[in-house]
Amino acid sequence: MLDLDLSFVTLELLRKFILQGFIFSVQLTVIASLGGLLIGTLLAIGRLSGIKTLVALSAFYVNTMRSIPLVMVILWFYLLIPLLTGHSIGVEFSAYFTFVAFEAAYFSEIMRAGISSVSPGQKNAALALGLTPTQSLQQVILPQAFRNMLPVIFTQTIVLFQDTSLVYAIGAYDLLKGFVTAGKIYGRPEEAYLLAAVIYFALSWAASFMVKRLERRIAIVR
Amino acid sequence: MIELKHVSKWYGQTQVLNDCSTKIALGEVVVICGPSGSGKSTLIKTINALEPIQQGEIYVDGVPVHDPATSLPQLRSQVGMVFQHFELFPHLSVMENLTLAQIKVLGRSVEVAQSHGLKYLERVGLLAHKDKYPAQLSGGQQQRVAIARALTMDPKVMLFDEPTSALDPEMVGEVLDVMTSLAHDGMTMMCVTHEMGFAKRVGHRVIFMDMGRILEDCSKDEFFNHPERRQARTKEFLGKILQH
Repeated sequence: MLDLDLSFVTLELLRKFILQGFIFSVQLTVIASLGGLLIGTLLAIGRLSGIKTLVALSAFYVNTMRSIPLVMVILWFYLLIPLLTGHSIGVEFSAYFTFVAFEAAYFSEIMRAGISSVSPGQKNAALALGLTPTQSLQQVILPQAFRNMLPVIFTQTIVLFQDTSLVYAIGAYDLLKGFVTAGKIYGRPEEAYLLAAVIYFALSWAASFMVKRLERRIAIVR
Repeated sequence: MIELKHVSKWYGQTQVLNDCSTKIALGEVVVICGPSGSGKSTLIKTINALEPIQQGEIYVDGVPVHDPATSLPQLRSQVGMVFQHFELFPHLSVMENLTLAQIKVLGRSVEVAQSHGLKYLERVGLLAHKDKYPAQLSGGQQQRVAIARALTMDPKVMLFDEPTSALDPEMVGEVLDVMTSLAHDGMTMMCVTHEMGFAKRVGHRVIFMDMGRILEDCSKDEFFNHPERRQARTKEFLGKILQH
């Protein structure tokens, strides 16, 4: 039987070990989702542009990224760049860069589905009013695509939040690492891992719950 | 105002428009009818280049639509179009639908665009709905907003692509009323429609199409009152739709 002792968990410990990691995990999630969404949208536009080179390039990027496990992308980037450039780039920057690049592939597929979900008649109506193709994309198609996909975008962001724990591979100090460090120092690794799991679960569950509510609200507005 | 010269169009191997020529004068109301798949919707969409053509020439107020050097946004801003499925922008309010293109295309200020929008919203009788979203309006109301949206651009020509086909029968009248009043004001109009009553009351000319060709192009009196001079295909079509 497991003999659990959580008495080492104090506010002091949370402040000293966990807070910094928590902030990094959240920052990484926010930057990776915003950056990934931005680049992913550009990739989706390229994929749907009908311009052969653009279609091929963005399809190649998305398919490649989606066929490699994230942890390998994280490691390769972290190890390869210093080899190629001779400069170390730092754990945190490496994590931000890798996650944006990786998530862009997934957000690209989401936005591609979103753009396709807007009826072609909408584009015709925008063009018929004299809007340029770029304006109709910005003013008419993308806002609708984004709104239609909002629940999926948030769900992907929740998955992304859980995936940020993979930065352990390059030793970045994130939420998980905070717990692991505290567990080591206080000699309570099992409890620390357990607590980390509870925190990840609680945050993700709460976020999923909010996404479900949002989904219902969007359904009403439509 | 509008001139089509030997316009032909293909989708791959299939020819959808076959040597179509016609002229529409300023202030003229022309109704285009024909069986589905006859090319009438495609024809009307070539006029604002939503459908590119492979052969022939199209001029709108002297501007060559078929010329690659023509600025399509500028041309389209002067040609209003109303669609079968309304195509209001669902993420924008009625007022935003009316002002978007005025601001982005014509460069009007928000205030000017809004007062212009209100003027046409009043004209179609929907002033009270300016802050609603399209989904909160009935089909007939949405189509009237769509007409107002096209009018805010002060177009030289209005194109209607089956504007009442997607409406519940009881809402057809309110949309036709707006179109009728527009015609009485002297707007140049091309209407693809099955509403033969509208054609008889408001139209000046009728174009009948079948299999991508213009089979008839004559005054409405000639079209409706002299069936003996119509082609066999036209008689068959009229026989079917006028029975009901």
